[in-house]
Amino acid sequence: MPTVRMYTLSTCGYCRATKLFLAENSVNYEYTDVDLLSGDKQRSVLEEMKKLNPLCTFPTIVIGDRVIVGFKRDEIREALGIR
Amino acid sequence: MTAKELYEMLGKAQEPKGYFFNKDRDWVYGLLESLLVNRERYGYMSCPCRLATGDRRKDGDIICPCVYRGPDVEEFGSCYCGLYVSRQWNDGEVPHVYVPERRPREKMSY
Repeated sequence: MPTVRMYTLSTCGYCRATKLFLAENSVNYEYTDVDLLSGDKQRSVLEEMKKLNPLCTFPTIVIGDRVIVGFKRDEIREALGIR
Repeated sequence: MTAKELYEMLGKAQEPKGYFFNKDRDWVYGLLESLLVNRERYGYMSCPCRLATGDRRKDGDIICPCVYRGPDVEEFGSCYCGLYVSRQWNDGEVPHVYVPERRPREKMSY
């Protein structure tokens, strides 16, 4: 299964729903809650995000070489090869 | 203020305007808790689904209810966060689709 990495906000409903969806499907993932960062660290993560999703919206989900913007269950399932 | 108090206060103010809370009560309470977190963190209830700067002037358009709620509920039946929806959305008369970000990129200071 490809690696899953996400840029999230700790306060965002769809970010929480994505984390829960992955956990329920036994998918390991890494995430960064960007709202909990500050200063240079936050700026550098946002620069990283811009390259993947220029709008910098949340969640931004990276699955292998694919970037999915928003909690789109079907796209996530397809990228992970799960039903 | 508790999320329950916020629920009652906002419900009374927004429902007459045609904006209803999502019928998924857990979803709504999660977002109301987040609004209270943001109020504590920034001093105002910034949209929980967008990154705030902490500068009220820069975040003015995303203080909940954000200025994009009207057009989003009009077009998609739901605001960007899925907090406020139309009656038709709650009744399942309109499809529940992903609401794209309407906020112009230039408004984001990052």
